[in-house]
Amino acid sequence: MTFRVGPRTNQIIAYTALLIMTVITIFVLFFIIGFILKNGLGQVSLKFLTERTTDMGKAGGIFPSILGTLFVTLLAIIIAAPIGVGSAVYLVEYTKAGFVRRIISFGADCLNGVPSIIFGLFGFIFFVITLNFGWSVLSGGLTLAVMILPTIIRTSEEAIKTVPRAYREISYSLGGGKLDTILKVVLPTALPGILTGVILGIGRAIGETAAVIFTAGSSLGLPTSIFSSTRTLAVHFYILAREGISMPKAYATATVLIIIILLINFIAYRLVHRFIARYY
Amino acid sequence: MKDKIAEKFLMVVAFSAILTLALISFFIFQQGLPLIFKAGLHNIFSTHWAPTRGHFGILSMIVGSIMVTAGALIIGVSFGLACTIFLSEFSSGTIQKTLKPIIELLAGIPSVVYGFMGIVILVPFVRTHFGGPGFSVLTASIILGIMILPTIVSISYDSLRAVPKTYREGSFALGATKWQTVVMLLIPAARSGIIAGIILGMGRAIGETMAVIMIAGNALKIPHSILDSVRTLTSTIALELGYATGDHRAALFACGSFLFIIIVILNIIAIRFKGKE
Repeated sequence: MTFRVGPRTNQIIAYTALLIMTVITIFVLFFIIGFILKNGLGQVSLKFLTERTTDMGKAGGIFPSILGTLFVTLLAIIIAAPIGVGSAVYLVEYTKAGFVRRIISFGADCLNGVPSIIFGLFGFIFFVITLNFGWSVLSGGLTLAVMILPTIIRTSEEAIKTVPRAYREISYSLGGGKLDTILKVVLPTALPGILTGVILGIGRAIGETAAVIFTAGSSLGLPTSIFSSTRTLAVHFYILAREGISMPKAYATATVLIIIILLINFIAYRLVHRFIARYY
Repeated sequence: MKDKIAEKFLMVVAFSAILTLALISFFIFQQGLPLIFKAGLHNIFSTHWAPTRGHFGILSMIVGSIMVTAGALIIGVSFGLACTIFLSEFSSGTIQKTLKPIIELLAGIPSVVYGFMGIVILVPFVRTHFGGPGFSVLTASIILGIMILPTIVSISYDSLRAVPKTYREGSFALGATKWQTVVMLLIPAARSGIIAGIILGMGRAIGETMAVIMIAGNALKIPHSILDSVRTLTSTIALELGYATGDHRAALFACGSFLFIIIVILNIIAIRFKGKE
């Protein structure tokens, strides 16, 4: 870096460059959201949301995919939330800095970086083939549960850590045991933070494609049990767009996806801020 | 008594993350490694991919993954660091509080939506303005760069914020401008965290699948220019897993094994750097 132009001028140039790049980044986000909504919002109607899909997706609605997304995501959360929160409680309340904590943290961090196609491969060979669950809501939900587990562990851990020490001490001084203190004091206080993690996990699960396409399959039938194959919204959108089946339907499906993701992020953001406002 | 049982129970639960990681490694390797040994590295590291006829060359896909990831890093790192520095050093508290969640929202957008935007906007743009089929290394790099940006921002932002305020004050007191402080003091001080963010972003880029399939063109050859079509390791897995059987399927798991090893190494490096803070 030469300073021949003078540090003041240099600062102005740098500031302008940074500002422009930040504006471009934010523009990209608004452009994506705006573009999808502009082209898709007109196609979304109550009928589109509640009708069966016909003609491979060229006609009809997306009701089976909504149901499929709901089932798969619900199953993933039912499995991952208790395990994730339990892990976080153990990490914060029962371990001291040391080997055990390091190895559990390492597991969560590493799992967090594993790409979704690897989860897809794993879910396919383990749940679909080895355990013989087939392409089903069950296989898809289990695969997604594994995938979102680290998100829930990490966020819950942060939330539990911020519960003031004094809360625990008061509970102990009133004769509360460790488990009672966790269940009646720590977890309720950390709840908004924990919910944020769960909601972010839901967001990841809903937007996921690579991990569910090989585990839940892509059947357009209405899922009737956890052993039914199903097609989630993201997978449906992928097939519509990639195989060029119907652009209007693709835009409409993308609109539904984007609105769900925006809502989820908004709720998570509000929860975080309520939580922060209370403890900082 | 109740507390003891709870502790044991929670311990078992807490090991679930590392246990699933072990389970994933076991199944991916168990399916993929035997084929690597059977076919031999000579066969694997060739460009001839005809897995139903005994040719398992994944070299062009490895090159494809590397090219796309390098391109994504150029875009993701420059824009990511620009956003990070602008947010952390050049904007007020309110602007930070508004812009940071907006940038993080980029991480929430599903990868299929990115791929779709690539198809309808970027591919035609590249085709008309730069030539080639449009489905190219360049297109994939731009989209992947945007996708990994939030990872880079959120980790390097935290580490820039973690640099003590007194460093900045000392530098200003010596008459340095904000930009001089950023370049000479803050970036070196936050180096570990920034590198960790970049490495994690790199992992995201290598591992991304659906967006790349939709926009990279998936041609099975080593690309000669950034306007050529390209196929990555992840694309191959996702494109062929649906119908592959026998050795073909094993070959896809071999791709997965390579990918998994790269990702775990990157994660370990990133965790090391993050730990240095």
